[in-house]
Amino acid sequence: MSSFSVTEPSTRSKWFAGTMVIIYALVTMVPLAWIMLTGFKSPSDAISYPPKVVFEPTLEGYVNLFTTRTRQTPEYLEANPPQTWYDEIVREYDMVIAGPSKFGERFLNSVIIGFGSTFLSIFLGTLAAYAFSRFKIPFADDLLFFILSTRMMPPIAVAIPIFLMYRQLGLSDTHLGMILLYTGVNISLAVWLLKGFIDEIPLEYEEAALIDGYTRFQAFYKVVLPQAATGIASTAIFCLIFAWNEYAFAVLLTSGTAQTAPPFIPTIIGVGGLDWPAVAAGATIFLLPVMIFTILLRKHLLRGITFGAVRK
Amino acid sequence: MAEVILKNLSKSFGADVGVEDISMTIPDGAFVVLLGPTGAGKTTTLRLISGLEKADKGEVWIGGRNVATETPAQRDVAMVFQQYSLYPHLTVRDNLAFPLKSPILNTPADEIARKVAEVAEVLQISHKLDNKATALSGGEMQRVSIGRALVREPSIYLMDEPLSSLDAKLRTDLRVELKRIQANLGATLLYVTHDQIEAMTMATHVGVLNEGKLVQFGTPREIYENPNSLYVASRLGLPRINILPADVFGNVPAGTNQIGLRPENIAQGTGQDAEIKRIEHLGDQTRLHLNLQGHAITTIANPETTYTPGAQIKIAPKDPLCFDAAGNRIR
Repeated sequence: MSSFSVTEPSTRSKWFAGTMVIIYALVTMVPLAWIMLTGFKSPSDAISYPPKVVFEPTLEGYVNLFTTRTRQTPEYLEANPPQTWYDEIVREYDMVIAGPSKFGERFLNSVIIGFGSTFLSIFLGTLAAYAFSRFKIPFADDLLFFILSTRMMPPIAVAIPIFLMYRQLGLSDTHLGMILLYTGVNISLAVWLLKGFIDEIPLEYEEAALIDGYTRFQAFYKVVLPQAATGIASTAIFCLIFAWNEYAFAVLLTSGTAQTAPPFIPTIIGVGGLDWPAVAAGATIFLLPVMIFTILLRKHLLRGITFGAVRK
Repeated sequence: MAEVILKNLSKSFGADVGVEDISMTIPDGAFVVLLGPTGAGKTTTLRLISGLEKADKGEVWIGGRNVATETPAQRDVAMVFQQYSLYPHLTVRDNLAFPLKSPILNTPADEIARKVAEVAEVLQISHKLDNKATALSGGEMQRVSIGRALVREPSIYLMDEPLSSLDAKLRTDLRVELKRIQANLGATLLYVTHDQIEAMTMATHVGVLNEGKLVQFGTPREIYENPNSLYVASRLGLPRINILPADVFGNVPAGTNQIGLRPENIAQGTGQDAEIKRIEHLGDQTRLHLNLQGHAITTIANPETTYTPGAQIKIAPKDPLCFDAAGNRIR
């Protein structure tokens, strides 16, 4: 006879839960793995039917992602033997590397706009949330509702007015324009999430700091901020994921200088053959920053999600 | 160290009265204890002095300054909160050093180290200095919270039930220690408690609060021996004072509605017959629970006495305190 415990799950339920988690992980990981594998296939392997799981890996996709290439005459190819390993890869198609592609720039744009808007959302969101949480603000509830109401329709519904506005203001295809736009979309989420976290921090800590000789602002950054770190980290992840992945506005408002990676990656597919490996390689690299950011902050994220539940 | 004067201080929270028209002078170097039940306005008084609450009416003077426009930091007060309020992201050492590092004090590092070590020693928390503040027991947190006030030398220390969650032995130790520190520093201290032993042993002055009003202010002896109302009389004394209708023993001044008899102010052997219901031997004293004409009375007897429950004894009042119908003292 085994004893019953309310805190320890039985072996059987542990096995069941474990199996379910593994199945779920497999279902969500397969598309991801498929993209990563496709990045290392040759174009013909990528479109072969039935799909190939075992194949000879090549870096062709990555070379095509980062370079532009031109076709050359046999005479030219004869006279100029390949200099590098990536030269050799493109020679198979009678091509030579003409120069770097735009991918690096677009990726950098994504980093600037994604992290820039995340920083701005968190900065403004934390201050606003602190004010809503701690001070008596006239019509605070109405203001909070108004802030939330900016998310009550899909942002893309106002795409045309924003497009016209941006053209008038000269914000089209600028980093600043995209940072402001994504901040505008994220700020309501940031204020609401952060207000919840700051509400959970007892007022007494700040009062103690005020009496210990600190000003209100010093108490805020020395006592409140460190304790809100968990909430700030999880909010930052949500903001970054939105700004990083956003596609529709990026297509509409950027074309050159400020174009982010999402609208750029599909253009790599090429005009001749369908270059799926290059697209997959771009998608793989594009996934990495958010993945790394989330893994770095995952301890905070897990605590953040259960924050309100554990704390008195 | 400074004299603190409260002038007609009032504060209400919506319809709830926090404190009403409190005037009090806390002399420099005094140890003032505020007594009163929950909701009497003790904590509100501390918060008004510290500047965490703004008074609706009245003034607070600290060391000769009207502090109405000063921030808590400028008022130079140290406060021990009832809920400890230790900074959870800091170690015990950093918690203790926090007020010393403030821009106002800006203490040099070696002096911080010296003061923190000194206070930790007194409060018996030296071995916990490198713990996170959250990794402490309730009693340890409370000691750190007292320590965070004691590292400073403010105009006034404000303490809100600082010993309430300590075990009996530690409480006795710290009671002596706090009194010693206060006397050594000549510090002015305002102290809130429910515990009458703390009030009687440490205080130079006791203020009794009821529903936001200061009903009596005086030395502990005055408050105990010469209460000006039924309410004050019943705040102090263990076992509690016996309240009886005026006509039970007779022979009272005109207008007396009830009399108050401290357990030690009941003479045995003469007077009226009472039945012993229950006997409690406490070691140093024996408590008798009596029934006198249907009224429950508690008195104390020598530990050597050998009464048994059910026995009859004669009792008579010694210097009863007389109160009128409104509960005010008749002298």
